Amino acid sequence: MRIAGTRVAAIAFVLALAAVPLAAPPFWVTLGNYIGLYSIVALGIVLLTGVAGQTSFGQAAFVGLGAYTTAYLTTRFGTSPWLTLPAGLLLTLAVALALGFITLRMQGHYLPLATIAWGISIALLFGNLDWLGGHTGVTGIPPLAIGALDLKEERHLYVLIWAITLVALWATHNLLDSRPGRALRALKGGLEMAEAFGVNGARLKIIAFVYAALLACVSGWLYAHLQRFVNPTPFGINQGIEYLFMAVVGGAGSVWGAVLGATLITLLKQVLQDALPALLGRAGNFENVVFGVLMILLLQFARNGVWPWVARLLPRRTSPPVPDAAPLAARDKHARGDGALLEVKAARKVFGGLVAVNDLTFDIREGEILGLIGPNGAGKSTTFALISGALRLSAGDIVFHGESIGSRAPYRIARLGIGRTFQHVRLLPQMSVLDNVALGAYLRGRAGVLRAALRLDRTEERRVRAAAAREIARVGLSAHLHDDAGSLPLGMQRIVEIARALAADPTLLLLDEPAAGLRYLEKQALADLLRALRDEGMTILLVEHDMEFVMGLTDRLIVMDFGEKLAEGAPAQIQRDPRVLEAYLGGV
Amino acid sequence: MDLSIAAFLAQDGVTNGAIYALLALALVLVFTVTRIIWVPSGEFVAYGTLTLAGLQLGKPPGTVGLLIGMALVAALVETIATLRRREARRLPARLALWLGLPLLIAALVWWAAPRGFSLPVQILLTLAAVTALGPLQYRIVYQPIADASVLVLLIVSVAVHFALTGLGLWFFGAEGSRTPAFTGASFQLGELTFSAQSLLVVATSVVLIGALYLFFGRTLHGKALRATAVNRVGARLVGISPSFAGVLTFVLAALLCAFSGVLIGPITTVYYDSGFLVSLKGFVGAIIGGLVSYPLAAAGALLVGLLESFSSFWASAFKEVIVFTLIIPVLLWRSLATHHHEEEE
Repeated sequence: MRIAGTRVAAIAFVLALAAVPLAAPPFWVTLGNYIGLYSIVALGIVLLTGVAGQTSFGQAAFVGLGAYTTAYLTTRFGTSPWLTLPAGLLLTLAVALALGFITLRMQGHYLPLATIAWGISIALLFGNLDWLGGHTGVTGIPPLAIGALDLKEERHLYVLIWAITLVALWATHNLLDSRPGRALRALKGGLEMAEAFGVNGARLKIIAFVYAALLACVSGWLYAHLQRFVNPTPFGINQGIEYLFMAVVGGAGSVWGAVLGATLITLLKQVLQDALPALLGRAGNFENVVFGVLMILLLQFARNGVWPWVARLLPRRTSPPVPDAAPLAARDKHARGDGALLEVKAARKVFGGLVAVNDLTFDIREGEILGLIGPNGAGKSTTFALISGALRLSAGDIVFHGESIGSRAPYRIARLGIGRTFQHVRLLPQMSVLDNVALGAYLRGRAGVLRAALRLDRTEERRVRAAAAREIARVGLSAHLHDDAGSLPLGMQRIVEIARALAADPTLLLLDEPAAGLRYLEKQALADLLRALRDEGMTILLVEHDMEFVMGLTDRLIVMDFGEKLAEGAPAQIQRDPRVLEAYLGGV
Repeated sequence: MDLSIAAFLAQDGVTNGAIYALLALALVLVFTVTRIIWVPSGEFVAYGTLTLAGLQLGKPPGTVGLLIGMALVAALVETIATLRRREARRLPARLALWLGLPLLIAALVWWAAPRGFSLPVQILLTLAAVTALGPLQYRIVYQPIADASVLVLLIVSVAVHFALTGLGLWFFGAEGSRTPAFTGASFQLGELTFSAQSLLVVATSVVLIGALYLFFGRTLHGKALRATAVNRVGARLVGISPSFAGVLTFVLAALLCAFSGVLIGPITTVYYDSGFLVSLKGFVGAIIGGLVSYPLAAAGALLVGLLESFSSFWASAFKEVIVFTLIIPVLLWRSLATHHHEEEE
């Protein structure tokens, strides 16, 4: 029944939209048209900024690309507007790819600065190219027509604008609730983690950037045929900044925030443009002062925008149980002891003058639990990072299944079947435990952005969710399936990390201090789980401080000190090794 | 293009570049200490020119109203913060700082405006008035969210830029202003003419950069700022207050921007909204230095000045397009030169 509640809210929204052209005065229709156009752009910003964490002030430039492409082609060559849309999209795609490749490689704050710069450049370019009409722009753009019906009247175009807006809303909403959506949500603050599960972060950022640019282009195309003329002003940097404000004011974390923000800013601007000059007795862009102050206050006191407040009033969507589904394809696990699964060959890592790992050599044998121990600063974590690809080798090699992985990016190492956990828990705190674990299964699904946006990924998605739920049940956290991961105590979060690694169906599991922060009984449960996994054929490398835990669990131990291997052998052997005792206790 | 034109353009470019360099240094300073990408720096440049122009005309500049307004808001913010922390006893001292001092400066400027003091005095008044806006801005806008992510601080900065541009229109009006040259002298060196004005601008920039260098290298406060830039938590642990570092940074940065405004006034007509483009040119320079290196930022700013001056000769309509497109290859180069870090949150 409650799910129906959100449906009712959505249907009411669409009905209200439909009522505007039928019943409301023309001025409302005009405002509605602009709100629709702005919403489309703001939706792109929700995905790019709110979800993927990449800020752009330059979306207005992409709107301009869409608008100018159709303006130029329809007035100069009489091209049909229905052909100029794909032309504009192609041009935008090319420009966004080029800009994305360059700027998205940078740390977060360079992108927004770059977007300001090219936002200014592109608008200035429109104004200075004579064949684009210079500052006066292009006039006489034909109206859109469907068959014999000219969409000249604003009421008619309203239907098209909002149809496109709703489709964009639906597609973006679908995208966020999918395999690529989980990965996109991980880009903000969880990039390293996501890459450890096979997400190609750089590629995904570009996809988000292109998606937002294409939406902006569609909005520009509609704008040109609504206004029937274009000039450079609405594509300048100030408009670009306003688009971002819309998304932030509305709430950049939700697709509905885009529509809400576009509505609020458009209405507020309308009111202020009427009221301020009368109030102040002067003409000028004084609404900018109000917008600026509003943004500052909002970011000081309510960083998530207005939508979360509205969402609280709406019926809450309850999380449905996860139905069982056919299992995903799984890798062959190896029987115990038939050779080395991973070989570390004279691995070396140098930080400046410090040799953190000094020509270290050891094997991980198939189906064993190998412990890597050593005093603080011995180089355990560095070794772990080298195997998982988080750090690059200075020299030597690491071979997995006969393939060298020494110089591969983490997301490519993940593809070979190596799963890991993090010493400092790296869950996405706002996402449910289920979604966090499902992210682990990223490489076992195939759905891309397009399939996800069109909701053609549901069969696979059910299987992924069922697989994630099974791993959660296995580690004993079924009761917390739909809780936000950030709400769990730290010990449980570590267990969620293990479930996520298991969801990737690895043959080699790398665990970085999994027992830290666990209570005695929890440690025992974890040890039982790891033994059970080993008996199913999983190979496990364990970096751990807790001696009791390691001694009782592992098949073999490697002891490191000062970046070198100090000893190797069965736990009982290691416990008696005089060199190990000296390293730990400083000589007895 | 012959040598004399090239020399003229180069001189023009270096002069502008020296001004952008001051701005680039201010931006690097603010970013390293507070992690704020200080987009509204340009408004301080514009306010600098417009304040001096107002004083030259014998009118109280709009800065007076702006100072009074911001001081009142800062006093309100400070009072609320102080009372919340139950430190009422300290309130008078804090109000003297946040309300009394700015009002004193505002009154001084207002009093001096119609009295036609000499240019150096007017410049000093301008610097005092515009510099005072810097810490006020930090106190009102940034200090309450000093721990926010770089991106949130950036969006706030853009919002501040929006608000300050509108306020600039309100307080200074829509007309552009130009300030008279400091000196009309020029001299010949062979076939080349050098204006004393350009030399003065370059010399002022060099002196300011040298002064900054000494401040950071030789004084305790300068070292404290450097420490904060390197490690905020560590600096706090050894007793450097982050809000003190922020306020001090904004004093210095606003001073640099006000200086840029004074220097740029005789070169070009400045409107209430001219600052944005100037600050972005400073940013292009600062980004060449990765937003962290002072010498590289200054060199980058010089490059921007030269590029701008030569492109205005060859393709004047596309001058800005060329300067801002320069950022793309620069970013490409930076992205290849630095390796990727996990985003801080």
